[in-house]
Order: sequence, then structure tokens, then C-alpha cells
Amino acid sequence: MRKEFSSWAERRGREQKNLIFLTGDLGFNALENVEKAMEGRFVNAGVSEQNMISMAAAMAQQGLSPLCYSIAPFCVFRPAEQIRVDVCLHKMNVKVVGNGGGYGYGIMGATHHAIEDLAVLSSFPHMKCFVPFSNQSVESVCEEMMNYNGPSYLRLGFGPAPSELEPFMCYQKFQQLKKGEQITIIGIGPVILNAISAATQSETSADIFAANELPLEDLSEEVIASLKKTAKLLVIEEHVARGGLGEHLSLLLYKNRVFLEKFHHLHALGYPNQLYGSQIYHQTQSGLDPQSISKALKELT
Amino acid sequence: MKSTLSAIRQDCATEILRMYKQANAGHIGSSLSCLEILVDLNFYRMQKDDYIILSKGHAACALYVTLAKSGKLPIEMLQTFYRDGTQLAAHPPCSDQIPAIPFGTGSLGHGLSLATGLAFSQRFTGKNFHVYTVLSDGDCNEGSTWEAALFAGHHKLDNLTVIVDANGLQGIGSSKNILDMEPMNRKWEEFGFQTVIAKNGNDFESLNESFTRLKKTLKGPRCIIAKTIKGHGVSYMQNKMEWHYLPMNDTQYEDAVKQTGMKDA
Repeated sequence: MRKEFSSWAERRGREQKNLIFLTGDLGFNALENVEKAMEGRFVNAGVSEQNMISMAAAMAQQGLSPLCYSIAPFCVFRPAEQIRVDVCLHKMNVKVVGNGGGYGYGIMGATHHAIEDLAVLSSFPHMKCFVPFSNQSVESVCEEMMNYNGPSYLRLGFGPAPSELEPFMCYQKFQQLKKGEQITIIGIGPVILNAISAATQSETSADIFAANELPLEDLSEEVIASLKKTAKLLVIEEHVARGGLGEHLSLLLYKNRVFLEKFHHLHALGYPNQLYGSQIYHQTQSGLDPQSISKALKELT
Repeated sequence: MKSTLSAIRQDCATEILRMYKQANAGHIGSSLSCLEILVDLNFYRMQKDDYIILSKGHAACALYVTLAKSGKLPIEMLQTFYRDGTQLAAHPPCSDQIPAIPFGTGSLGHGLSLATGLAFSQRFTGKNFHVYTVLSDGDCNEGSTWEAALFAGHHKLDNLTVIVDANGLQGIGSSKNILDMEPMNRKWEEFGFQTVIAKNGNDFESLNESFTRLKKTLKGPRCIIAKTIKGHGVSYMQNKMEWHYLPMNDTQYEDAVKQTGMKDA
């Protein structure tokens, strides 16, 4: 998604003259086009994420529209207090962009993964976390984020969408990707693409939705109708169970008095065997790979 | 100038003592440490569009009083200090309700980054103002302070002035024994700040002389290490770490008010 984000930022940066692009000294072979398009409004803040975020808050206070880029864990956890205090408590229009959410950086190891980011940030006041599920949906999600005049986090991942999916140019909080009868699957981020493969593999007829943001204010009518029809829900996310999509959805299900026969939650388990590998390796360890999801679907239906 | 500022300082100190007594609150020593710096900035040095970021947010009372008495905050708001439902909490508020306080502070190590961001933003907005930020010794322990110092030095932000309220005390002891920051001036110089030491940071002439020594012709950010006394002006509080925390009893309050009145009478 980094390529799609970079193309979007290049276009947006050319048009929006108060947009300031800050990077925590990352973006080799990815942001050169943005730097060129920004005409001096591209700032390398150095490997100083705390300072980058606070400066961005001050820039926003001055009417600028700053965007802070880094690898997801570095722009979320290190400057978490700066995001909480200087950005969120002051409701500053700062966009934090983390590349490689979840296990996206694979073999780079645990320091480079972000599997608790949505829990932390979605609990901060005024913060909206935006999570595109495919490369093709990056642009519409970015535009939606810019339409919100407040603290935002963009979690980028690796999401080549299968060709049968529409590009989804129109943003929806819950985007329906597939229609079916037996079960409802709701996921966040590109791991939902694994669920699409799994449904095909296991010949499961599933309503599949991608949630594009957290926290969610409510369920959509389509999601409620689907759950009333199937009474079975599989939630899937490349994020730990605490504070992720599963917990957010559970509360909304109770609030909406939607009662299910079956509820299953597939989520990141961290590093259960203390070993490292590619993104798909870690997904498999957590049961988030297409085969594991396929197995879960068979058991649920 | 000195006599006028001294009279203002006396008025502010009396109000600060009254507010802390009424609130039965601590941080008195911290407010009295940087009071002269805040009086100098708010009543003499700052131009209309300039900003002050009080990085040592625990001295909020001194900020509130100097802002109110210089017409930047409704004076009646001071009566709400520490009360339920106030905007004037123990640390400056994180809201957009008070234009003279653009950012709430209280967690150390944020002020210089915020000030640096405000100063740097001028390169894109074309606005023209100066940013002053007041740091404590404890602020200088924070890594984020030095991240900001690196950035401000690298980008030669000459619309930024740091004033370190260097009273030599922090959290639960003296900086010398906890994390010795000396030579403080050399640290700031090495980070690209034109730096001078105000030998008596509680004295208006010493402060003014330090500002005068900072050369406007030199590009880059500036720093004044103001050697101050925690609890300045109240003998039993001076240089006493515990007056970071303690509230005054009735006798102590009467004594403090008397000393404040006598000193500048």
C-alpha cells in the first residue's frame, strides 16, 4: 500500500499547499516523488519521532495540515504520549501514517511489527484510526481521513486485492466485499483478503465485510441484517485481541441486541513460539492464514 | 524598567501566594522560581503575536497570574484556580479556550518541541512572531527536549528562545546528584543554540542583560540559562526541594506575604 499511498500523497501534496509531509527519516525508494511534489514542504525530522509529532501538533495549531510518516511501531508507540497530549487532547489535525501495520514487516522482527497500535490509538480522544484493506482502497481511505478535521492514524499494510474485487472508490465504514448466506465475516486491514481466499477454498457462502476505521460508532444496517440472517460471526484481525476490532464489535453487538449462535475471533497471538519469519509465517502462527481461516469456517458452518 | 517590573512582580507574587493558599496547593516554589522570567516576557519583552510555551507546566499559577495581569486572560478567572469545573488546573489546560495558552503542558519534555514546531511553521505560513519557552531542570532530563534542540539547531530557528529556569532542583532532589546537567550552557551551545547565562535569573537587570547579550545578527535559536532560586523571595522556601510539593499553613502564608511585601516595598 506504500506505493499507492505515495502516489496519493504526491497528488494531494501538489494541490493542498498547506500540507506538510514529515518523515521520521524513513521512506527510501518510496517517498522521493512526494518530496519532489511538495516543493519544500517535505521535512525529514530525523529519527526523532517524539519531536516530529509535537512539532506537527504545533504546525496544525498554525493552520497547517501535517502528515507524519514512519514505520508503524515507531510513529505510534515511541511518541504515544505526544500523540495523546499534544495531538489528541488538543484535537489537532495531525495525520500519523504508519507503514507495515500488523506483521507487515515480517522477518524484520517484533520491533518492526505493530499489533497493538489500534488498541492504543483508538482509546485516545478524537482519534480515528483508518485501515485500508487493499491497495485499491488506499486512495478513498486517505481522502476520507483528510475530510476529518482531527487526529487520525493511517495503518498501511500489504494488500494486493484479488482481481474479482471492485476498486471501491466510495468510502464506507463497513465495506461489503462478498455476499453469502452461511456466515458473516468482518475483518480489518488486508488480512480480510485471506478470509476471501479461505471462503473460496472452503466453499463457504459468506457475507464478508471490511471495517475501514476504529473506533466504530455503530454497526451498519447491512452488517446487522447479515448477522440476523446468518447468526454466525467470524471476526478477523492482524492485531491482538485486547482493544481490537473484536472487542469493539462485541460491544456494538450487545448495544444493538444482536445475539449470535456462534462468535469466533481470529487475532494476532504475538510470538507464541518465540520464532520469527515472514508476514505469512506470523499469520499462520496466529491462525490468520487462508488455510487456518478455511478450517475455522468449516467448523463454524 | 526595573522598578516597574519589580512592582509588578510583587503584585503577582502576592496573588500567587493567595491563590496557592486558597487552593491549599503545592508547586509554590516552582512558580516563584520562574516568576521574574514570566514577568519579563509578559510585561516587557513579548510583542503582540509572540508565543510563550511554559514547558514546566507545574508553574502554571505564575503563568496564569502574569497572563491575567498583562491582559491576556480574564482576571476573574484566577478565582477559579484549582476549583472543580475550572480551566485553570494545576497545569495549563489542553484546550483551545485560552489563546495565550496554545498548548497544555505538565508532562515534561513537550514544550521545546511545541515551541520548535510553532517557530518552524513560519517557513510555510509566512507569519512573523517569536516563540519563548521556559524549561525546568527536569525538562532537560527528557530525551525529547534534546530531539527538539537538534532540530531547532539544525534548522537555525532564530525566532526561538529557550529560557531554562535553572534552579538546580528537580523531582526529589538536586540535579547535581540525580543527573548532573552541567555544564548546561555547553550542552545547548553544542546543539546549535547561542547561549548565555543569567547569573541571577530572579533579577530583572540580569535577565535583560542576558537577552541583550544574545546577538540578533547570529542565525539560529537562542538559550538563556537563568540561574534561579526555587521559592525565590520566601526565605523558608528558598532552595528547598519540598516546596515543590507543600501547601502553606496559616502561619507560613502570613510570613510569605509579609516577606513578599517587605522585599519589594
